[in-house]
Amino acid sequence: MTELAGAQAPSALPPPPRMRIVADGAPATRAAGRDGAAAQADREIVFDLRDVTVRYGAKPAIAHITLPIQRNVVTAIIGPSGCGKSTFLRCLNRMNDSIPGFSISGQVLYHGHDLYAAGVDRVEVRRRIGMVFQKPNPFAKSIYDNVAWAARNLGLKEALDDRVERALRGAALWDEVKDRLKASALGLSGGQQQRLCIARAIAIEPDALLLDEPASALDPIATAAIEELMHTLKRRYTIVIVTHNMQQAARVADRTAFFSLDPTSAEPVGALVEYDDTQTIFTNPADSRTRDYVSGRFG
Amino acid sequence: MSTAVAAEFDPTGPLVASGNLRRRRAVNRFAEAIATGAALLAVAVLAIMVGAVAVRGAAALNLDFLTHAPRVPGEVGGGIAPAIVGTAIIVGVATLVAMPLGVLVALYLTEFAPPRVAGPIRLTLDLLNGLPSIVIGLFVFGLLVSGRHQSGFAGAVCLAIIMVPLIARSSQEMLLLVPRPMRDAADALGVRRWRTVLTVVLPAAAGGIVTGTVLAIARAAGETAPLIFTTSIFADKTSFDVFGTALPNIPTEIYTLSQQDDPTGITKAWGAALVLVVFILLTNIAARALLARSQRRLTQ
Repeated sequence: MTELAGAQAPSALPPPPRMRIVADGAPATRAAGRDGAAAQADREIVFDLRDVTVRYGAKPAIAHITLPIQRNVVTAIIGPSGCGKSTFLRCLNRMNDSIPGFSISGQVLYHGHDLYAAGVDRVEVRRRIGMVFQKPNPFAKSIYDNVAWAARNLGLKEALDDRVERALRGAALWDEVKDRLKASALGLSGGQQQRLCIARAIAIEPDALLLDEPASALDPIATAAIEELMHTLKRRYTIVIVTHNMQQAARVADRTAFFSLDPTSAEPVGALVEYDDTQTIFTNPADSRTRDYVSGRFG
Repeated sequence: MSTAVAAEFDPTGPLVASGNLRRRRAVNRFAEAIATGAALLAVAVLAIMVGAVAVRGAAALNLDFLTHAPRVPGEVGGGIAPAIVGTAIIVGVATLVAMPLGVLVALYLTEFAPPRVAGPIRLTLDLLNGLPSIVIGLFVFGLLVSGRHQSGFAGAVCLAIIMVPLIARSSQEMLLLVPRPMRDAADALGVRRWRTVLTVVLPAAAGGIVTGTVLAIARAAGETAPLIFTTSIFADKTSFDVFGTALPNIPTEIYTLSQQDDPTGITKAWGAALVLVVFILLTNIAARALLARSQRRLTQ
């Protein structure tokens, strides 16, 4: 798969023609700009957000987001604090539903199905779209039971040991914990706990994986392990990652969306500024706000 | 005026109290002293009471006292064994009724109830908790005893009514301690809420729930007023017939013994009181130790 070198991308490559996703939601077809991008162009769209606005009570959090997310790539959401990155992510598996006053307009299509249509069971939604949170949140159970818990409760009880091993290997944790599967998960280090949470999420073989700043509470070594993992995981899963760490986005993501507060709005509300190949966002962004942000001039 | 004050204040002077600071310091010391005194008084009341019970009760306490039935007043010897067994049965039955109920109420409050409903229910529980136990006794008397007969079960129902709000409230506090992110994690895995509650939330809070229940048991074991209505006319022999007859129990026994003409009666009452106090103190201490342990486990 594509290995990104972030801002140090070879300048020998011609600047790729790019696709700007504009607010009216007409994605233009784009030509391949670099290694692997050709394949991406016609990747299936997994999440298709159309003019999505989210409010908490009367206060809008994000407005008019139109954003298609492709299969088997890592899509990063970057932007300053408070611009609705997490709100956006939590719309994709309906984790916002339980927040009082939450309302959404526009459409969030997942494989063509409206996630917020009547009759959609949000428990089923979350069974297909896994999530890893900012802070590692293992259950107060053994390592094995953490991974096996969801499978057991969803009736996937056959060959449970294999399933647990597969998930732990998938999360690059197996070698570290295989001799102490019965030990409490709370005894693991922060980085191990976060990888355990990833293992727990992939143990039920979801279709997509949402990661909400998964490395923000971790040290650089654990962060590197998680990032490494993402390159492997995207072969199997569609990954959306929220991060406030631009270098991380540059390292792991194939596509990057930059969110910021909308200056044209009276209230502070998050808006999508630019969405493009990660390389483009970091080397040749179309919007001056993106350029300022990725070069560290604000945020 | 203000210039006069400014003139008195010398920033280079020695750092000792000056002006009204001396008075403020005296007021502060006085306030601190009476608060400390009040705290010491509270501890002293408990110490004196437990001490008095221990000193007087110890005279009556021996193995026979714990293992034998009472004798006819006037005769030497005899004990409170039937009352110990009876109290154990009544409190046991009350716990069997109150614990599942209380825990379910707590689960409803923390996991399922919308905030608009949860508030009034919490208030109801607090009101129920503050209800005089004699009123509960009278109520159960009208419900289960009047027109029928006294029974250990009627007493257990009274104690259960006293225990439910205690267990519900303490369990609720413990369930709220289960970290929100743990529930989020479970939600994000696409598992139904009830299964999450059973397999993640409840096990995490189990220690605290047991603690709350033990505290409720300690409280209920000493309740007397409702038992006088419901299970006070009993034969002085050990019985296991919860529904059929009134069961002897320690609180009523203490009352009856203290009312006897026989001078040894009052000694036995002190002895029974000591048994009850020791039981309650021990359960309280055990419960708190348990609570400290389970909280450590949760916040680790």
